[in-house]
Amino acid sequence: MTKGSSPVQTISSQALGNGRNGTGRVTKEIARRAFRTMLEARILEEKLAALYRSGKIVGGVFLGRGQEALSVALGVHLRRGDIYAPLIRDQAGRLAFGDTILDTLRTYLGSSLGSMRGRDGNIHRGRPSEGYHAMISHLGAMVSTVCGGLVAKRFRGETGAVGATCIGDGGTSTGSFHEGMNMAAVEKLPMVVVVANNQFSYSTPNDRQFACGDLLTRAAGYGITGRRAIGNDLIDCLEVIGEAVAAARAGEGPQLVVADLLRLVGHSEQDDASYIPAALKESPLGRDCLDIAEDQLLENEWVTDTELSSWRAAVKAEVEETVGKVLREPAPDPAEEDWNAFSVVGRNLSGEDEE
Amino acid sequence: MSITYLEAIRLAQQRALAEDPRVFIYGQDIGAFGGAFKATKNLAKEFPGRVLDAPISEDAIVGLAIGAAVEGMRPIVEMQFADFSTCGLNQIVNQAATLYYRTGTPCPLVVRLPSGGTPGGGPFHSQSMESLYAHYPGLVVMTPATVEDVYTMLLEAVALDDPVIFCEHKFLYYHLKAEKLPEEALPFGKARITRPGRDATVVAYSAMVHEALAAAEELSQDGYDIEVVDLRTVKPIDTDTILASVARTGRLLVVSEDWPWGGVAAEVIARVAAEGFGLLDAPPQRLNARETPVPYHPALWGTHRPTASSVANSLRQLLEL
Repeated sequence: MTKGSSPVQTISSQALGNGRNGTGRVTKEIARRAFRTMLEARILEEKLAALYRSGKIVGGVFLGRGQEALSVALGVHLRRGDIYAPLIRDQAGRLAFGDTILDTLRTYLGSSLGSMRGRDGNIHRGRPSEGYHAMISHLGAMVSTVCGGLVAKRFRGETGAVGATCIGDGGTSTGSFHEGMNMAAVEKLPMVVVVANNQFSYSTPNDRQFACGDLLTRAAGYGITGRRAIGNDLIDCLEVIGEAVAAARAGEGPQLVVADLLRLVGHSEQDDASYIPAALKESPLGRDCLDIAEDQLLENEWVTDTELSSWRAAVKAEVEETVGKVLREPAPDPAEEDWNAFSVVGRNLSGEDEE
Repeated sequence: MSITYLEAIRLAQQRALAEDPRVFIYGQDIGAFGGAFKATKNLAKEFPGRVLDAPISEDAIVGLAIGAAVEGMRPIVEMQFADFSTCGLNQIVNQAATLYYRTGTPCPLVVRLPSGGTPGGGPFHSQSMESLYAHYPGLVVMTPATVEDVYTMLLEAVALDDPVIFCEHKFLYYHLKAEKLPEEALPFGKARITRPGRDATVVAYSAMVHEALAAAEELSQDGYDIEVVDLRTVKPIDTDTILASVARTGRLLVVSEDWPWGGVAAEVIARVAAEGFGLLDAPPQRLNARETPVPYHPALWGTHRPTASSVANSLRQLLEL
């Protein structure tokens, strides 16, 4: 865990408690929507793991178990017209941004009706033309892509939009991440970058990944605002990220949010995560964000036990029903596949035979 | 007045900026300074806010262009030298090139690569990258050899919905001149028969077209009539024009400033061997740069790359086969 104090421009949410500027104040409505989305993500991902174990999903399955609070906190604060480039443990954020259980399952199960049509799978999905970028596997690459979307909006004179992306502790070591962060800072873009420090990049611990002690100190190096959130605490994540998004939207430039948490599963469903020490799992960091959030909502009387039960039942039913539907959908047909990677070249659009 | 190849690049960008509000240019030192080669001279002044200096971050430069293209812009990226584009390789080949196939969203961007060798350039300011980028599905690779082509093809690249790697040759920047710029161009992807002939075909592109033409002129003294085909765009490749030329001459030499392994020359020969084997009167030949890094000293460099004299030698050998 990295809780060192950072020299400049950092705001510790713990130190400030509830006394922050209020722009991220959590309302009942936001908390309910966030929690409901976390439930959807958790139940959907449990089903994805089961489908993987039964051989229905080929390739990798990468779950966000334990990271839903942080992920959803970003997704719920974005709106139509914003740009969002999620990473591999952002099922909750994706659903909050407008992705669906249906398209998630279509992509994982390779339905030809999904947004990726069997051409790409699992977490590599998106609808770039709608501001929902489809990540590539090369970590850090999406930071500058989001910069580009925001630059385009600036050229068009569109104001008020925010761009957001997420990365893990390991991804912060890439040159691509550094280049993108520096670029966002130079261009003073309305951007929020959330670092989920889940302590292990696949199996590599923080002390083999970086030597700066606290990733939040990087914000000062880039000349941007840094904020810390408690990664498994929904209310804290909602407040801190809410403030970060509001600040970016208000023209205060890029915002780096760093949150410590623990991934409660392996890197992929093939990984037993035996490298995570038991003591860490039993520490506060290892508490399940879903349990914490449930307590928070009940304490605030924002939900009742009855509501929670009915939400769980409704989400389970939706997931099961959608799986049944998608399993009956057609797989992509190699004979019908458009084996041309160009959008116009070679398509005979002008009547010219181009290749 | 005469217009250089470099000035034609500047004028094409000026026109693209003037005619299409979606166009912007992004690269190192291209703003007020006008670029390392002055390909954007005065453009930042003429089009405020649309010709932007970038940090030395080739990966993020291309990433930004991709994100802007997705949002409907038409970015032109200037790499300071083609060689440095390897620092942006990941974004070019894994994001820009795959985007349409994966997501159905087009990625209309142009990456300008000041390419090829010049005396004293050395290993890191001389490379020809066209084969590397042509390898990846989803990228158009243009290699203009003339002032007229560099102008019309750059405009064509900006208008295209697919990502374009635009290999402009530094050796041609100041050497080549034209009296005026054309309004019309050959169709996209079409090769040009620059010099008609009947005894052998030389397929070349970019600066090598001029070495091939000089070699053809030399061989004409000996009574040989050499046909020179300028590929113009190496991907997509105009196999039809190549095959038609080989059908006329029966002999093929492909000249490329790039290294031989897996290169454009190898691709041309593979296609002719597979689709036009019966048209050949002799084994198809290629002449590439030597298989070492591009050397610094002009004496070494002049031998490393194909020249009119080495093309002429290769042609003489081909004609005796």
